[in-house]
Amino acid sequence: MGKRIGRIVSVTLMVVLVALVVTGCTKAQPTVTALKEPYKVGAVFAVTGFNSPLGTPEKQTVEMMVEQINAKGGVNGHKLEVIVYDTQSDTTECVTLVKKLIEQDNVLAIIGPSSSGESLALVDTVTKAQIPLVSAAASAKIVEPVNERYWVFKTPQSDVLAIGEIADYLNKTGVKKVALLTDSAGFGATGRDALVALLPNSGVTVVADEKFGTKDTDMTAQLTKIRGTDAQAIIVWGTNPGPALIAKNAKELGLTIPMINSHGIANKAFIELAGDAANGVIFPAGKLLVAEQLADSDPQKAVLVNYKRDFETKYGAGTANTFGGHAYDALMMVVEALKVVGPDKAKIRDYIENNVKNFAGTGGVFNMSPQDHNGLGKVAFVMIKIADGKWTWLR
Amino acid sequence: MLSQEIQYFITGLSIGSVYALVALGFTIIHTVTGIVNFAQGEFVMLGGMVAYFLFRFIGLPLWAAAPLSIAAVTVVGLLLQRIAIRSARQASIVSLIVITIGASILIRGLVGQFWVWGREAVRLPYFTGEQSLSFLGAAVHPQKLLVLGITIALMVLFHLLLSRTPLGKALRACAINKRAAGMVGVDARAMSLFSFGAAAALGAVGGILIASQAVTSYDSGVMLGLKGFLAACMGGLSSQMGAVLGGLGLGLLESFGAGHISSAWKEAFSLSVFLLFLIVRARRLPASEVEH
Repeated sequence: MGKRIGRIVSVTLMVVLVALVVTGCTKAQPTVTALKEPYKVGAVFAVTGFNSPLGTPEKQTVEMMVEQINAKGGVNGHKLEVIVYDTQSDTTECVTLVKKLIEQDNVLAIIGPSSSGESLALVDTVTKAQIPLVSAAASAKIVEPVNERYWVFKTPQSDVLAIGEIADYLNKTGVKKVALLTDSAGFGATGRDALVALLPNSGVTVVADEKFGTKDTDMTAQLTKIRGTDAQAIIVWGTNPGPALIAKNAKELGLTIPMINSHGIANKAFIELAGDAANGVIFPAGKLLVAEQLADSDPQKAVLVNYKRDFETKYGAGTANTFGGHAYDALMMVVEALKVVGPDKAKIRDYIENNVKNFAGTGGVFNMSPQDHNGLGKVAFVMIKIADGKWTWLR
Repeated sequence: MLSQEIQYFITGLSIGSVYALVALGFTIIHTVTGIVNFAQGEFVMLGGMVAYFLFRFIGLPLWAAAPLSIAAVTVVGLLLQRIAIRSARQASIVSLIVITIGASILIRGLVGQFWVWGREAVRLPYFTGEQSLSFLGAAVHPQKLLVLGITIALMVLFHLLLSRTPLGKALRACAINKRAAGMVGVDARAMSLFSFGAAAALGAVGGILIASQAVTSYDSGVMLGLKGFLAACMGGLSSQMGAVLGGLGLGLLESFGAGHISSAWKEAFSLSVFLLFLIVRARRLPASEVEH
């Protein structure tokens, strides 16, 4: 008898508690100025951790855009709400956060994450949950094979396009033999595979294929080995700080052949970390870095100049970079879709796949299709050379 | 081709001298207390980060930022001993080692969370000139000579301190038998405190030098701590000379491994040699020494 009473009391208590929590929650919810339900979009970026040079501008970009869009009355009168989580550059953390976005926050679409490794880890999760993901990471594998990537899109230019641009540059400067020095994980590893596969098509031979660890503090040994070959240029593939150390070590070693990098170093952190050694380094990057130098007829010019101006007004001169641009493009696509199809995950996906055409973003002009979930052509890149600590366009 | 080999050799010494500096810190604490301090890598990280903070944000010149950073990290080392190690003094050596692992996670987490400029990698300028010197066709950067020189000087200093001075005798006495040392008037607590302070200072020196020739970030202590620990193990954990030789050996292995075998496998290569070395060594040593 006593037991039963105890049970009844505990059940009642629980009911009361739950009721309290529920009402508490409703009260805690922000009073929406617009009468319509807010549209919730999720975002995961590597705001901290070793990929923070990518994730931080992405988060800042999203916050800025949400402010701008809501100041103009939101999306069709619905307030835009973007829930941003920090993955701490950790793949496991990223997957957990995305599950949270899907199950607890009930978002309509997800943008990010910042790195290729994290994005690849999410493919299964978003496919099972049937929610569109627009990644801000570069690897082509994120959207290929496209029949296994029904729910996944990405905005950054693929490695393949960057390599095509580099190959053109090598041909133009008469370089026939190159040495590779690539990060053994993530972005560096996929880049290395693509380089080895694609460079021979342009008549360029790979004479050395060296690796470095993401956390290594000295790459002189690899550079010494490369110095002993007949390579006419060295191609480095990775994100900071590795490439900056390589530039420093190469200078210490007195290596004089040109150093070409990937678009993974298109931020000020590289110049800051490498110091003087950054000068002379060449890399392909989105047009954002040279927005003001573009011809007025360039379809991207307006969006690039506006984005750069808005971002730098808010966060300081010289802070805008292509990584924030990738988040800009991703959120713009989702917002465009929301405007037309409303809060329906499947329709948002369909819209991005079929209706994002001649879409001038910061990364290029997007033409999505069921066969191409990136939608960028080769013109998305320009070659940049660092001189006196500044980016200059190699026309 | 000879110049190539000389270059690998010099690069190996340069990488190895960094490991050796970290390893030295391990041996100081182990000699005196028997503890393997897994927060040693965090001392290294803190040295570089604090110096960067003073240099970049407070605007101090490098020559002032470096000693201040060493002093600050020494205080952290002393605090670690006072707060965590001393209050658990009844615990076994293994428990104390686990405490140092906990401390390392705590320090790394705090720095990662509260560091004013987020979690990006940062760097200090070189202490020396920018131009490399030429030696038999190989390039030698003066900064790296400086690091090697400092490592060897500190090794000699600590070796002499421990083996030739009354303080050193007292320090070693604590390691052999704490109670007996206490009976003859040695303050074991003070000795343990001293060893943590000295190890933290050593770590900070290493951290500042690494930040100046490479980069540092809140989590760079993990890899450096591990490499330093390996180097210290190769040297037997209690020998300063051994730690430095171990560090240089590890650096040479990595450099020649990357040059002649494969840079993709250099880590695996140096770790396998390390394991082999430990197996052979463990067989040769008398059991009592291995137990440490």
